[in-house]
Amino acid sequence: MSKTICVKVLRQETPHDGSHWESFDVPYEEGMNVTTVLQRIAAHPVTTENEKSTPVAYDACCLEEVCGACTMVINGQVRQACSALVDNLLEDSASGIELRPMSKFPVVRDLLVNRKKMFDDLKRVKAWIHVDGYHDLGPGPRVLPQVQEEAYPLARCMTCGCCVEACPQFNDRSPFIGPAVISQAILFNMHPTGKVDRDERLEVLSGPGGITDCGNSQNCVKVCPKEIPLTDSIAKAGRDTTLYKLRRWFGR
Amino acid sequence: MAGKQHVVVVGGGLAGLAAVMKLAEQGIHVYLISMVPVKRSHSVCAQGGINSVNPLTRQQGDTEWKHLDDTVYGGDFLQHQPPVKEMCDWGPRIIDLLDRLGVPFNRTPEGFRDQRRFGGTLYKRTAFAGATTGQQMLYSLDEQVRHWESQGLVEKFEYWEFLGPILDDQGHCRGVVAQDMFSMEIRPFAADAVILATGGNGLVFGRSTMSMICTGGAAARAYRAGVIHANGEFVQVHPTAIPGTDKLRLMSESARGEGGRVWVPRKPQDDRDPRQVPASERYYFLEERYPKYGNLVPRDIATREIFDVCVNHGLSIEKDRLCVYLDVTELPHDAQKKLEGILEIYEKFQGVDPRVTPMKIFPAVHYSMGGLWVDYEKNSKTGGLVLGSPRNHHSNVPGIFVIGEADYQYHGANRLGANSLLSCVFSGLVVAPAVENWLKSLKHGKASEQPVSLFDRAVEPHQRRMKELMENQGDENPYHLHQELGDWMTRNVTVVRYNKDLKSTVDKIDELADRYKNVNLSDKSNWTNQNLSFTRAVGDMILLARVIAEGALKRDECRGVHYKPEQDIPAPDADDPAGLREQARTWCKRFREKNENWLKTTMAKYTPDGPEFSYEDVDTDLIRPRPRTYGLKGAEMIEEVWKEMNGEPAAVKKERPLAVGVTKA
Repeated sequence: MSKTICVKVLRQETPHDGSHWESFDVPYEEGMNVTTVLQRIAAHPVTTENEKSTPVAYDACCLEEVCGACTMVINGQVRQACSALVDNLLEDSASGIELRPMSKFPVVRDLLVNRKKMFDDLKRVKAWIHVDGYHDLGPGPRVLPQVQEEAYPLARCMTCGCCVEACPQFNDRSPFIGPAVISQAILFNMHPTGKVDRDERLEVLSGPGGITDCGNSQNCVKVCPKEIPLTDSIAKAGRDTTLYKLRRWFGR
Repeated sequence: MAGKQHVVVVGGGLAGLAAVMKLAEQGIHVYLISMVPVKRSHSVCAQGGINSVNPLTRQQGDTEWKHLDDTVYGGDFLQHQPPVKEMCDWGPRIIDLLDRLGVPFNRTPEGFRDQRRFGGTLYKRTAFAGATTGQQMLYSLDEQVRHWESQGLVEKFEYWEFLGPILDDQGHCRGVVAQDMFSMEIRPFAADAVILATGGNGLVFGRSTMSMICTGGAAARAYRAGVIHANGEFVQVHPTAIPGTDKLRLMSESARGEGGRVWVPRKPQDDRDPRQVPASERYYFLEERYPKYGNLVPRDIATREIFDVCVNHGLSIEKDRLCVYLDVTELPHDAQKKLEGILEIYEKFQGVDPRVTPMKIFPAVHYSMGGLWVDYEKNSKTGGLVLGSPRNHHSNVPGIFVIGEADYQYHGANRLGANSLLSCVFSGLVVAPAVENWLKSLKHGKASEQPVSLFDRAVEPHQRRMKELMENQGDENPYHLHQELGDWMTRNVTVVRYNKDLKSTVDKIDELADRYKNVNLSDKSNWTNQNLSFTRAVGDMILLARVIAEGALKRDECRGVHYKPEQDIPAPDADDPAGLREQARTWCKRFREKNENWLKTTMAKYTPDGPEFSYEDVDTDLIRPRPRTYGLKGAEMIEEVWKEMNGEPAAVKKERPLAVGVTKA
């Protein structure tokens, strides 16, 4: 039972270097995921050609698909390494596992990319609730369960980047802010207190890189690991920005 | 910016972010240093919820005092009570604040916050957002901090690793040294106060429910610099997790809070599909043994009972490891829906639908009750804290404050479920005014006015250490050392502890520390070297392991999670009432003696030759320690005799909480 898995990794030493493929034969273990594969390579970084290499750099934190850190492209599909089970991957592709960094963000090293742009864009759309302060001022607004059930799925966005990786409109030549950030703007516009900044968010969504840059390919919603209804958020953003512009034209 | 005061906060989980937003509100400039983008901090893994007295429980007779009582009883009375009292008093206000910040708490049909029941209490105190409450709370605080960041009061340094505090000649903290995890640049950050909010140390046990960053590295670095480490031996093993090759994934206590039941087939290693085992052949051991609390006994007890059922009674579902069923298949659809977040995790990682088939679950290392020692100032009028006192959350090193799981203060010998989110946010909020007053009191000059040489000097040892690690030519593999450490710690320093094994573990740790000197990096590069960062943390984990294992060896008693069969006081078991009473009297006397000897905080001080241990009395002025039986069947006599011995009226019938709208006759 000394089965090994062939793992191909697209490596890049620094942001300024070119990339190259490296393969590793990793002993199979029952129930292992891609994170374990990377941990085993780290402990024994020797390539298939029996050459000494280095541990593969990658992001990882919670390993239970709630932090969003370990997002990468696994056998051509963007997803989290922790929830990518080797058995399932081999079922679909017996030849082995291929790991690449996400292509929409600058590579720092190997599979580790810098997703700072997404966090910066959250600032642009004021993705927060502006409160009077942190003193005791009583409870928040009453919220009907139907409203909570609409908000909670959007609130589960981990800023992992899967949606923008799959989005044809999001790239370094376009200012498009992408589905995740649009959906967050909608989340905060839904909130009874968050609504206060609604127009400022809609202003950003109406501007360059905003909602009109969406090409409606609907890839985002298919790859979202948390099954967030991103296209619903985008549709809502489309309607809301239109109304916002009308309101602005009529000067109110 | 000469003359301006700065605070460094290390760690951007719930505690760190709560401190940052509160400091920013007070107009204090903060550098926030974190190994990961703060939104990915380990707090996201907290699932079940956050405790506080609420309008519903209040009408059932609940009070902040009862929350305090549950917490200290749950913690086996090892925590100082004033900070716990203050925390429980703040509970309702903290939930209100989180509510205002937009945490999408689950709602009742009428739009109020919904609550569920958690372990170690009889009240439904726990507010929750699905089964991802920690994630939702972290996101709300992250958003607040992003707001402050956009206003220039907070500067984030993400992908930066804390290497150590900067201490001046008087031993005052003047800032920190940290390393950019991309460029590997090491630089000083001058600061007038440093707050460590760096979480627990689960990785000392190899695999745990904790995230990859929970190595305890930062705490170890502070410890090495002189901060006292307290109660390290108190490590919570969660009863319900699922094993993985890379980590152990938590199945929240909320599964039981919503009505999930723990059982094993009465027949050893029954190989039938669990759905085919009829009710009469199922052993619901927690419900049978603890009729009052049932599946919601505190975690230390649930874990120990699982151990007992699996090891002593041979009823484990899997032969070679502790495994029992956690069954949510009979729950109504809306209860299952509230658990969606965790049921998804089970389904994704185990490939089995837990809505249909009972989950197979295992105990796993989960939470560090111990941590860096911090002070507090007691308010003699309220029994709580003097708010704003610079002593609150201040470590023994002037200028270093510690909050969240990294401190030791709130959970004693065992933490109750859903109390950690509360202690994290509370400690973050309460440290901010303490730090503000500390800054005002600084008479010895601001950090920005200190000589440059102080900061240059502080950087140098870290650079030297990095060079040494990079150039080392030994034959030890850091990943293998870590695995070996984890195996030893998990085997000998978790649920059941024997002095012989603890002694051999301490020796093993010393051996590992020796071998660590020969550690060899496979990556010598100067750009984003994760191999270096991990290897450095392995050294820190070995250091902490020694504190944990030796602390456990020295503490000759049973308390909370710390269970030594050799020190256990045998439970009364005589058949005749007089004999039983006599045994219970002996039990209570031994219990009292045990408290005289061991109701003390373990304090470990770093020396190059190993930790130096001392013990500090615990402030139990508010609630006197009592036997912790949780209504165990057969232990009624202990409770009765204890009350007699302490002059309380015997056998007062406990009143049940009144239902809403029912008034006393």
